[in-house]
Amino acid sequence: MRYILRRLGFYLIAFWAAITLDFFLPRLLPGDPAATIVGSGGQLDPQQLQAVKEALGLSDQPLILQYFTFLTHAIRGDFGISYSNFPAPVFSVILTGLWWTLLLGGCSVIFSFLIGNLIGIFGSWRRGGAVDSFVPPLLVLVGAFPPFFLGLCALYLLGFQLRWFPTRHAYEDTLTPGFDLAFFGSVIQHMLLPSLVLVLAHLGGWALGMRNTMVGILAEDYITMAEAKGLTQNRIMYRYAARNAMLPSITAFGITLGFVLSGQLLIEQIFSYPGLGFLLISAVQKLDYPLMQGLFLMITLAVLVANFIVDIIYTRLDPRVRAG
Amino acid sequence: MDTHNNPAPIEQQTPSPETVDIAIPSPEGSTGLSSRQELPVEVEGTPAGQIVVTPATLPVPTRQRLIWLRTLLKNPKALVGIAIVSIFILVAVFAPVIAPGDPTEFVDSPNLPPSATHLFGTEGQGKDVFRQTVWGARTSLFIGFVTGLIITVVSTIIGMSAGYFRGRIDDVLTLLTNLFLVMPGLPLLIILSAFLAPGTGTIIGALAFTGWAFGARVKRAQTLSLREKDFVAGARVGGESSFKIIFSEIMPNMISIIMGSFISATTYAISASTALAFIGLGNVSEVNWGTNLYWSQNNGAILQGAWWTFVPSGLCVALVAFGLSFINYALDEVTNPRLRAEKELNNVLKGKNFRKTRTRATPVYRQPR
Repeated sequence: MRYILRRLGFYLIAFWAAITLDFFLPRLLPGDPAATIVGSGGQLDPQQLQAVKEALGLSDQPLILQYFTFLTHAIRGDFGISYSNFPAPVFSVILTGLWWTLLLGGCSVIFSFLIGNLIGIFGSWRRGGAVDSFVPPLLVLVGAFPPFFLGLCALYLLGFQLRWFPTRHAYEDTLTPGFDLAFFGSVIQHMLLPSLVLVLAHLGGWALGMRNTMVGILAEDYITMAEAKGLTQNRIMYRYAARNAMLPSITAFGITLGFVLSGQLLIEQIFSYPGLGFLLISAVQKLDYPLMQGLFLMITLAVLVANFIVDIIYTRLDPRVRAG
Repeated sequence: MDTHNNPAPIEQQTPSPETVDIAIPSPEGSTGLSSRQELPVEVEGTPAGQIVVTPATLPVPTRQRLIWLRTLLKNPKALVGIAIVSIFILVAVFAPVIAPGDPTEFVDSPNLPPSATHLFGTEGQGKDVFRQTVWGARTSLFIGFVTGLIITVVSTIIGMSAGYFRGRIDDVLTLLTNLFLVMPGLPLLIILSAFLAPGTGTIIGALAFTGWAFGARVKRAQTLSLREKDFVAGARVGGESSFKIIFSEIMPNMISIIMGSFISATTYAISASTALAFIGLGNVSEVNWGTNLYWSQNNGAILQGAWWTFVPSGLCVALVAFGLSFINYALDEVTNPRLRAEKELNNVLKGKNFRKTRTRATPVYRQPR
């Protein structure tokens, strides 16, 4: 419990740091921030200009007061108005993308984690065998490709040339979102290709990490002991070796979420998948600064929450953490 | 434990249990050993209460330290990696010879497939893709290696200070490192590049800002374990300054880790800068692999079926990343005793009728004496 509380404290500090960074960003813009932002954001009337300034926390108040205004607004989820989706508030624009990102990211992360770790377990169990000799090097080669380049190639080959997969959006344009089979089918169909690319891009890392941890674990005395006791191979493999080898993988899981999400942002852009990454990149291209700031905070928040969940799972798996 | 950064009373600083109860004279004492002396000296205490001072000859420790480097150069994985990366560096250096002419010049009609006149074809605006790919190596590799170097220096200083000084300094630096680790890198990179003045300098700065944390963490862990070693205690007893202990005692033993982190930082910088350029951040009129991909997508290469406009640049990034990570895997194989023992065992068992699937326990490697 103390461990969980300590982690929670850390994530709160991290979130505060992200808000602070977000606050100072517009002040890094060359020249007068409001003028730069509005100048590039298109024509706005004085009332809107005032709204922009307020959203950025740019008023004539002293810096410290501006900061607290920004802080309270950010915690309430109030990031002002998005120019590129005028007059929709930033928060509601973000909400439209959040669920798609969580769906695509969640599915691909879980699948790559499970498949990668299984490959690692089998590889280390039969070291020098077929799985161990060919699969990891192949996956490392695939993993060296930037995920977005894999995405481009997959989109070109499987989407446009072979026409096996739909090439854009999260569901068929003709369908209206609702709880029916046609809609769910379409969502899954549109998710397949981007998640396939993401799984492929991250599989190698998991497999190799798991393999190397397993190689270390298998040298421990308790494995020899388990063999001497005559336990079944499956029991030794999963209950004795893999369970302990999972721990570094779970720790890495938290850290890599940030990386995975980074790859996903570009994949969303390539497949025009309407998640946070797609929104972020179009906000950058349309110079929609409030939307960028809001998205950065929301993505950070999502990563922090996911990390916290990983921490809770970790305490369930490792009794030493619970005791400490 | 925060007294370690200044020469504290010697009795507290003899760490190993078998050397208790030894009164070692202070550095300024009668033995006349001072830290200013150039010859490296090892001071040891024996259980009997004797002090053994051995002047070490210089070349011996150096050779032992760099043994991994020689093993690395014999490793086939490392050789493949080094070959791939060297080829790209040569291509970047000799770009004017390999692909003469301005890469931004409009040479022919747009979207021509690869042919004898245009090896990689032309892109959506009629520029030569081969020239763009070759010249693109220059900026991409430049950004990659410079950023890799900056990240390595920053993460070494932060990680080693945190690991060596411990206490308050460590708490602050570790918190900072963990904050940067948990923040999603690319989104931070994207908004930094979007808000700051565009340019190569900004990109390098933003990449370094977001990329140093992982290396710092690895180096902190290694420093923590090295600072407990006898030779560090010896240097401390000898009255060396913290600065000198960190850089001339601990750091030479971390060269392989520092090199590994330089390679991963460079890989990260090349991929991330390509990603940034691909979404149009940075200078889009510059020629590098990322901007090549950006223009390819902007000119609708996928819709037009012009695969030759995005495959070469993407493949180059992938090959460089692949070569670099191959060097790193080899480095891991050479320096990780367990992976190394594994390899030695495989060599011994090669060709013998031995069912290796029955030996699951990993062998342990011992240095031959």
